[in-house]
Amino acid sequence: MMSEFASTQLIEVTYLIATALFILSLKWMSSPATARRGVWAGEFGMLLAVAGTLLHRGIVDYKWLAAALVLGTIIGVPLGKVAMTAVPQRTALSHAFGALCVTLVGTAEFYLRAPSVPPFMMAVLGMEVILGSLTFTGSLMAAGKLQEVLPQRPITYKGQNFVNLGVLVIAVIVAIILVLHPERVYLYPLIVILPLIFGVLMIIPIGGADMPTVISLLNSYAGLSAAAMGFVLDNKLLIIAGALDGASGFILSVNMSKAMNRSFSNVLFGAFGQEQASAAAGAETRAVRSASAEEAASILAAANKVVIVPGYGMAVSQAQHKVRELYDALTKRGVDVRFGIHPVAGRMPGHMNVLLAEADIPYDKLMEMDDANGDFAQTDVALVIGANDVTNPAARTDASSPIYGMPILDVDKARTVMVIKRGMSAGFAGIDNPLYYSDKTLMLFGDAKSFVGSIVREISGGSGH
Amino acid sequence: MKLDFLTSLYVFMLAGFIGFEVIRRVSPLLHTPLMSLTNALDAIAVVGAIILAGEHKTNFSAILGTIAIVAATSNIVGGFLITDRMLKMFKVSGPKKS
Repeated sequence: MMSEFASTQLIEVTYLIATALFILSLKWMSSPATARRGVWAGEFGMLLAVAGTLLHRGIVDYKWLAAALVLGTIIGVPLGKVAMTAVPQRTALSHAFGALCVTLVGTAEFYLRAPSVPPFMMAVLGMEVILGSLTFTGSLMAAGKLQEVLPQRPITYKGQNFVNLGVLVIAVIVAIILVLHPERVYLYPLIVILPLIFGVLMIIPIGGADMPTVISLLNSYAGLSAAAMGFVLDNKLLIIAGALDGASGFILSVNMSKAMNRSFSNVLFGAFGQEQASAAAGAETRAVRSASAEEAASILAAANKVVIVPGYGMAVSQAQHKVRELYDALTKRGVDVRFGIHPVAGRMPGHMNVLLAEADIPYDKLMEMDDANGDFAQTDVALVIGANDVTNPAARTDASSPIYGMPILDVDKARTVMVIKRGMSAGFAGIDNPLYYSDKTLMLFGDAKSFVGSIVREISGGSGH
Repeated sequence: MKLDFLTSLYVFMLAGFIGFEVIRRVSPLLHTPLMSLTNALDAIAVVGAIILAGEHKTNFSAILGTIAIVAATSNIVGGFLITDRMLKMFKVSGPKKS
């Protein structure tokens, strides 16, 4: 057998190569052309690091390791094969699993070292376990809301922020006491239990439309807790992977909060979903113009340039494949069809892109918000499918609106706007949308999937005449 | 001991900067697969769990370590699988016609 020194060196070398592969993996994610190579690099790095770790001299018992690796694979495969519409809840669930792993390892490490844990180690261990625990329950709650096992609507009560922050602050104080007095081992369960409670409380006031920000934030927490675990175990690979994940989640959270015009501190303190209930009262009945599928079809078929704006409603009604048929039918007639995608459309960052890609819509037709906004002035028809607040011109014009200042897709600058919507109910934020009362807007009332289906039939049926 | 932690802090800081620079360049088009990929990479925590479970210092640590391996492995397998599935779907309209 190898000497202990040689085996440790070998493990370190596998970790070093894995680190390089992980960084390359993320670098290759920058473009769809190289992204799959990125996945392979990640997989190879992972395989190498796990294989290297199995050489660790201290390992005395391989049969439980093997059983755990097999069981994890058995659970992981179906989680890798969920439908694309279930990706947000799957992602939340995987944040929970990651956080569970980190919390369990941290807990075991504490009891192995207690009662003499050096202060710096206790500090990072405290961070690891607090972030891990709150991410665990927080992510489970988020997954429950996304899967609609739990009520999606935000639940708020007076003093909520005070209670929530109070729980977290007590957990942090207990962790500080443990840093100063690690011999008070009996205090340890508190830095697991209190953050577990905080995780639940944190998600209770969150509504569906805030999910993109929350998932990104939980992603960041999961990464930071893994990095803290790397500090405890003195494992550089883990520190780097955790830092990369933490940075990724952080960037996405900042993007999402910018796209909703919330300050980052507003996001950090979990004070989402506060603004609603203010509006929705002034729902006076104003005249809207509605149109049939037939009329919509003839306008679309006569257009030169159409921009489709999808929102969560498209995902709910599973309309993406019908949208693809519409895209085909119009493209065949020489209409230039593109998609304008708001960063927070859907339930997680990039949600709409994945659904449209699933329906085989080429990604070069998917435009980011800024590009789309440069295009609307030359657009004949903007077709809004299941999106509401992200197209609300009040965000530009009405300083009293709760979403004032939020960047939106300027669909109202197109020559004609069509909105497919089930009814006249207000969007998530409970805000009336003046777009619907504009004279260039046609409301198409109905379920997104069946309505788009009828438009496609009209267009294809009418071809040749 | 103290020096080790300092080195770790340097590593963390540098990795954080690399993370920012690399991830800022990821197109918003791919933000969903990005999240599932970083999630899979993050499950490298499995190496800590393997050592914990394998060393079997106490029954308690071995049990927690084993559960942790299951959780992390399911993230590795599920995360890479779904990322690859999603990326396979992204196609260009360009030259190749089918």
